[in-house]
Amino acid sequence: MADENSFDWLNPFVSVDLDLANRSDGIKQWAIENREAIQPFKIFLDGLIQSIERAFLATPPLVMLALIVLIAWQAAGRRTAIYVAIALTVLGFLSPEAWSLAMTTLAIVMGAVILSVIIGLPLGILAGKSDRFEAVLRPILDTMQTIPAFVYLVPVVMLIGIGNVSGVLVTVIFALAPLIRLTSLGIRTVNPSVVEAARAFGATPSQIMFKVELPMATPTIFAGLNQTIMLSLSMVVIASMISVRGLGNEVLRAMGRLDAGKALVGGLGIVILAVVLDRITQGLNRSGRERGHRHWWQTGPLGLIANLFHKHA
Amino acid sequence: MVTQPQEAVIRCEGIWKVFGAKAKEAISAVKSGQLTKTQIRDDLDCIVGVRDATFDVGRGEIFCIMGLSGSGKSTLIRHINRLIEPTDGAVYIEGRNVNTMGAKELRQLRAEKIGMVFQSMALMPHRNVRDNVAFALEVRGVAEGKRREVARQAIEAVELTGWDLKYPDELSGGMQQRVGLARAIAANPSILLMDEPFSALDPLIRRQLQGTFMQLSAELHKTTVFITHDLDEAIRIGDRIAIMKDGVLVQVGTPEEIVTNPADDYVAQFVGGISKLDLVTAVKVMQPLERYRRTNGSADTANWPVARPDDKLNTLVDLSIGTDHPILVKDGDVVAGVVTKDSLLRGIQGREDHGLANGGIN
Repeated sequence: MADENSFDWLNPFVSVDLDLANRSDGIKQWAIENREAIQPFKIFLDGLIQSIERAFLATPPLVMLALIVLIAWQAAGRRTAIYVAIALTVLGFLSPEAWSLAMTTLAIVMGAVILSVIIGLPLGILAGKSDRFEAVLRPILDTMQTIPAFVYLVPVVMLIGIGNVSGVLVTVIFALAPLIRLTSLGIRTVNPSVVEAARAFGATPSQIMFKVELPMATPTIFAGLNQTIMLSLSMVVIASMISVRGLGNEVLRAMGRLDAGKALVGGLGIVILAVVLDRITQGLNRSGRERGHRHWWQTGPLGLIANLFHKHA
Repeated sequence: MVTQPQEAVIRCEGIWKVFGAKAKEAISAVKSGQLTKTQIRDDLDCIVGVRDATFDVGRGEIFCIMGLSGSGKSTLIRHINRLIEPTDGAVYIEGRNVNTMGAKELRQLRAEKIGMVFQSMALMPHRNVRDNVAFALEVRGVAEGKRREVARQAIEAVELTGWDLKYPDELSGGMQQRVGLARAIAANPSILLMDEPFSALDPLIRRQLQGTFMQLSAELHKTTVFITHDLDEAIRIGDRIAIMKDGVLVQVGTPEEIVTNPADDYVAQFVGGISKLDLVTAVKVMQPLERYRRTNGSADTANWPVARPDDKLNTLVDLSIGTDHPILVKDGDVVAGVVTKDSLLRGIQGREDHGLANGGIN
């Protein structure tokens, strides 16, 4: 302990105690006191996640698998669809419970991604439009990305309680940043001469936004969405600490019992889910040229169906 | 030229554009001649883009602004549809002050009255040719069926029929600029602003597009402001040309005036290499018949080839080939003068020669 009387100018840090840690603990009390105010939000989010999860679990695994493969085909083409089909089959055979656990995890991730898009897209657009807003936002995003999850785990649980909603919330805190950053980047890197041309032809600011800037920023925004999905998946183990079920919980429990085999099964499940989601979202990013300049609904299974109708008509 | 009270569709009055925080200070400094361009740049941290530009463009006229890069011509043209706000001065379109318009009125003006073509084409990569061309109509809320019809006509006008559903990156540079041109004329505006539209294209394609453009403008009769750094292009296309240097309009006049009577050394330097064949008329190189007779004795003009006073040198050369006689210039039935071979050759060179020293051609 430093002597009260001797203030060391060369090492002032030991003799001054601002007692930040104890004061900050007040945040916990604040969280508990404000629990009521957050209820509507909690109920909404809980409903969203539960309905997604219920739908995923109610669908027979093979039907669900076929649906995901069809989505992959539509979004990313036939090769990816085959790849996804194989990956999901492997996932299903990992263990008898693997499929339902994966669906629970998928529901949580979906909930987190939907919330991230609702929050991130408008913030990203604003940040792309305003330098000042971007300057304010940047340190906040840095904090969200780097602060250890354990720091905000406790206040979030105090505020909302354990369970899926808290899980989604901590996931969003961690995974939101890339979507905002890349949306902003996408808006900023739109060719200014095209925007000028739109102005010269009398477009309103909102027409410029929706007809020029957002469409041209779409590939970058999709890259951000892809990163947000990947980061969401990487949070599932930590989220399982606050009683979020699914594959993450398997890994956590296996770790507690030093069950390497079970941990591997859970871990592989997360990896396969990540690969599948990555391939599908990367596929969304294909340019028009790569699709042979057809609209997205003119290719894949939908294109096939449309063609059938075309022939009969 | 006959002076006629021509209706000014575009009127720029004393446009100043100074970039920088102390723009007003810079303007007064330039006006009073206190500071030079470099002093303004270094002391006030301002860049003078356009300096007191005043000009009128009449209905149906093609007005070329010629200048090297950095001369402020692209900045100037953007004042006309107020993509750039002037630091001082005002732009009037059909008598209405563009700079006092509200946002809605301005957008309406841009969508209905003004079409613009850009050097960088500035096509939207996510839209096919048809949707690019119909953009001005789309932002105005024109129904889709009508849009398609108008776009089809505009695409046909620039000879791109069949490319409607292709995307800009599937088109060559020349074709992309045709789309740019179609987009500008689709909404049937009365004014076209062309910002170096053909500069990025290779010479052959450029010629082709100039041809397309001139054909279109002859048909459609649009009031056009055409920016270029190529004097040949300006002369080929423009009814009048403004030469711009360091933000100042150095000289405004018809191509012939600019070539035969450059305002200063800078302009003279530019027009030095320009072919006079299609610019200079017989009037400029002829001498009175009396003077010809004084130096060459009386001559029988019966066998001489005959030209009109506004025939270009090119025509005179054609007439002159295959005969040893000088050319008689007749305005109707009245003899206006004589063009000797010597003065014709001097005219092609661009030097004055009134045939005083020549001993005649025999």
